[in-house]
Amino acid sequence: MKVLVPVKRVLDYNVKPRVKADGTGVDLANVKMSMNPFDEIAIEEAVRLKEKGAATEIVVVTIGVAKAETDVLLTARAMGADRGILIQTDEEVEPLAVAKLLAKVAEEEQPGLIILGKQAIDDDSNQTGQMLAALLGWAQGTFASKVEIAGDRVHVTREIDGGLETVDLKMPAIVTTDLRLNEPRYATLPNIMKAKTKPVAKKTVADYGVDVTPRLKTLKVVEPSKRQAGIKVGSVDELVEKLKGMGVA
Amino acid sequence: MKTLVWVEHDHQSVKDATLSTVTAAAKLGEVHLLVAGKGMSAVAEAAAQIAGVGKVHVADDAAYEHFLAENVAPLVVQLMDSHDAVLFPATTTGKNVAPRVAAALDVMQISDILSVEGADTFTRPIYAGNAIATVQTSDKKLVITVRGTAFDKAAATGGSGTVEAVAAAGDKGLSTFVGSEIAASERPELTSAKIIVSGGRALGSQEQFHALIDPLADKLGAAVGASRAAVDAGYAPNDYQVGQTGKIVAPMVYVAVGISGAIQHLAGMKDSKTIVAINKDEDAPIFQVADIGLVGDLFTLVPELTEKL
Repeated sequence: MKVLVPVKRVLDYNVKPRVKADGTGVDLANVKMSMNPFDEIAIEEAVRLKEKGAATEIVVVTIGVAKAETDVLLTARAMGADRGILIQTDEEVEPLAVAKLLAKVAEEEQPGLIILGKQAIDDDSNQTGQMLAALLGWAQGTFASKVEIAGDRVHVTREIDGGLETVDLKMPAIVTTDLRLNEPRYATLPNIMKAKTKPVAKKTVADYGVDVTPRLKTLKVVEPSKRQAGIKVGSVDELVEKLKGMGVA
Repeated sequence: MKTLVWVEHDHQSVKDATLSTVTAAAKLGEVHLLVAGKGMSAVAEAAAQIAGVGKVHVADDAAYEHFLAENVAPLVVQLMDSHDAVLFPATTTGKNVAPRVAAALDVMQISDILSVEGADTFTRPIYAGNAIATVQTSDKKLVITVRGTAFDKAAATGGSGTVEAVAAAGDKGLSTFVGSEIAASERPELTSAKIIVSGGRALGSQEQFHALIDPLADKLGAAVGASRAAVDAGYAPNDYQVGQTGKIVAPMVYVAVGISGAIQHLAGMKDSKTIVAINKDEDAPIFQVADIGLVGDLFTLVPELTEKL
């Protein structure tokens, strides 16, 4: 079984985003970009499936600027993906358009499983996996904390409000990863060197004939309202007094 | 505009997240509800009493019992012939189903809205709440998820909706529910609690988490939350997690105990009315957002606080 893993290049999660003064967006010039953390978990899961013999090949795909090849596709291959696909564009592509492009890739590649991160930490949309499942007419196992292949079915344990739920899905299927699915491995230097020899197919959005015109227009981006500076109290008694003053306790 | 609101329920009662979503929907136009599940008469009756609600569409079928997206999405899509917008609470069910509906309708979803600025314009948080974007959609049909804490709850009573059965769209046969483990809790639900006591990695162990956090929460009648570090270390169950990838809360009072205040955690709680932080590191980022800070060892301060309340 082939596993397809879509990944996204995003602002590194340790970097505090700065809103541009003109309100057009977040400043991404000269800041560290990396693979979306949930996508690392997706790659790791695919690699583990391959190590267990459940997967035969891992194809990683990204849609974005040329730098995505070195920033994320290389990391993914160093972690264990067999080959990459870069769909190059300098425009921002919305989840619906990403899902349409991925659906085309899925038609070409015919994977048994597509594993995506549950959300990208830049737009926080949490849509692409579900949209892709809808477009392909496949089952979806979102927010996965455990994935088990059983023949032509996959059992996915999902993190839901209030606890966990397990669903049994017909394959091919879509899985989106939650934080606790696994602990992604580090790409070691020798593996990074080796990864450079693994192939990457370079494509453009036009190759797939998908209309990626945005449906949403961002009118402005602002910083959230700042909180008033607080006070520090010196003792538990003072804290109790404050809490009582607020009608709590 | 005719809107449809997904009713979040546990097969017994309507969840609060629904009420906030109704408030958001009412800003767009006429509010209809969709109640899907199995054995829905009590829930449908309760839903019809929500203030301001018109029609309550009830889809009562075994295929909807576990809200499997593969079965539920086609049902919603079918109802979108007669509605202009569908709003889901941004719960795990809403986030699972809504994008599947959006793609089937060939529209972009607008996730986790904080406000309705106009019939096609909304605000939503990006970058873990470090920026707020105002977005305008050009799609004909709207698919929206609503951040519950950003909207007041509609009154649960006083309405007189008319209940109407919807023909089930059947089981698509793609997925089946196997089982669930739902954490039993006597405490208030995290996302709707007025007071939350949250513990972090500094608690050191599961035993200490329960020994210190639980009594304080009980004394305050509070829900218990946790940081990702505490959850990853096994001190608290996953569904306690507050943050970008966990639950978004905005209680009246949020008490952060032994939580440093990473941006991913702040994303889930910085809209709380009052934030209280107890931490031994006076430079911890949590103090930059805390209204009331107490610097010191939580192992002596928390029991003392519990005692004195």
